[in-house]
Amino acid sequence: MKNNWWKILTVILLFYAIFQGLLGTVPRQPILNESIRNLYFHVTMWFAMITMLLVSMVYSVRYLRSNLQADDDKSAEFAKTGILFGVLGCITGSLWANFTWGEPWPNDPKLNSAAVGMLIYFAYLLLRSSFEDEQRRARISAVYNIFAFAIFLPLIFVLPRLTDSLHPGNGGNPAFSSYDLDSQMRLVFYPAGIGWILLGVWISNLRYRTKAIQRINNERMEIAG
Amino acid sequence: MNEVKNLIWKEIALEWRQRYALSGVLLYVISTVFVCYLSFNLKRNFLTPIVWNTLLWIILLFTAVNAIAKSFAQERHGRLLYYYTLSSPQAIIISKIIYNCLLMMLLAGIGFGFYVFVMGNPVIDLGLYIVAIALGSVGFASILTLVAGIASKAENSGTLMAVLSFPIILPTLLMTIKLAKNALDGLDRSVSMDEISTLLAIDAIVIALSYLLFPYLWRS
Repeated sequence: MKNNWWKILTVILLFYAIFQGLLGTVPRQPILNESIRNLYFHVTMWFAMITMLLVSMVYSVRYLRSNLQADDDKSAEFAKTGILFGVLGCITGSLWANFTWGEPWPNDPKLNSAAVGMLIYFAYLLLRSSFEDEQRRARISAVYNIFAFAIFLPLIFVLPRLTDSLHPGNGGNPAFSSYDLDSQMRLVFYPAGIGWILLGVWISNLRYRTKAIQRINNERMEIAG
Repeated sequence: MNEVKNLIWKEIALEWRQRYALSGVLLYVISTVFVCYLSFNLKRNFLTPIVWNTLLWIILLFTAVNAIAKSFAQERHGRLLYYYTLSSPQAIIISKIIYNCLLMMLLAGIGFGFYVFVMGNPVIDLGLYIVAIALGSVGFASILTLVAGIASKAENSGTLMAVLSFPIILPTLLMTIKLAKNALDGLDRSVSMDEISTLLAIDAIVIALSYLLFPYLWRS
């Protein structure tokens, strides 16, 4: 229980977010109307994705210093969870755009940058799969991970601000603080964000622990057989 | 510093002896421009400026990917071990980046010259356009050198080079195209300061990262 309190917290936060998101009262804004509820899902998922990818990069740096396989496992699993959240963010965003901006994929720089960011990390997965030797794979994908994150940040933050964009906060639109200045939304938004981040950590945790167990099993089989 | 200078000189000398890669990529640029010229089947100055600009940069992008992929693939394994004992990895990566920058600027210059020759020249602010070409070349070279290093360590390095490089090079490509378009339209130079500073910032980050990360790549 001492080690797993955060998992229970995750469940509580996400249930709260979903319940409040779908049933709670939200401020009325033109164009957005009820779809502003997506703020709890779409935007929080992007925050979760960035957090996952940041953690993945930190573990990559750790791997390069320590050469422990565990660090590489963690880095890979956090990156995969980050990609999952990114794809979900794209899907939720696309659904939202369909109702508010008229088409599922309007020609918006932030959307395009996000898609390219996803491509960068898919290429990371491809890179990992093209190595046989574990140590080589770990080292080279760690290098790529750090490099990719350094390019990813300007790609999704700097680029949309410099061009016209439909997204709030970029290209001359008011930042989205004008939406969640409403303290009601803030009450759901921050817990939802934390809930999704914790969910990501939980998923990655399970995955890299499974990997570690698989590795021990393989070694045992090799020694025995 | 001396080490870096010697290494750059070594690359240039090696290249000049055979001129294999250089002439190959030069032929690539000229053929691509010519194919585009024939496919568009136009009299001069018929392309809209946006298409003219974007087409040039796409040609330069593919040229860069091809040219820089060769920079790591050329050396044979025995020779790599020899370099490993002689010089520090930092010197090697800096020298490769500088060599690739020079190479790209040369190729971009020749490519641009030939492009203007066959496709007409709607550029109004030529000075800023040349700056855009120079910045773009440096940007491509710095990013692609490290990616070429990464891809060269993997098995199917040809596909991997392309797949890894295109998403990563996109911010640089978009900024450069925007800057070039501003130059083409003859806008006031202060308008482009944002793009120039972003390009320089990305270059600085990428070169610093390459310097820090290449030693880890080198150890195999």
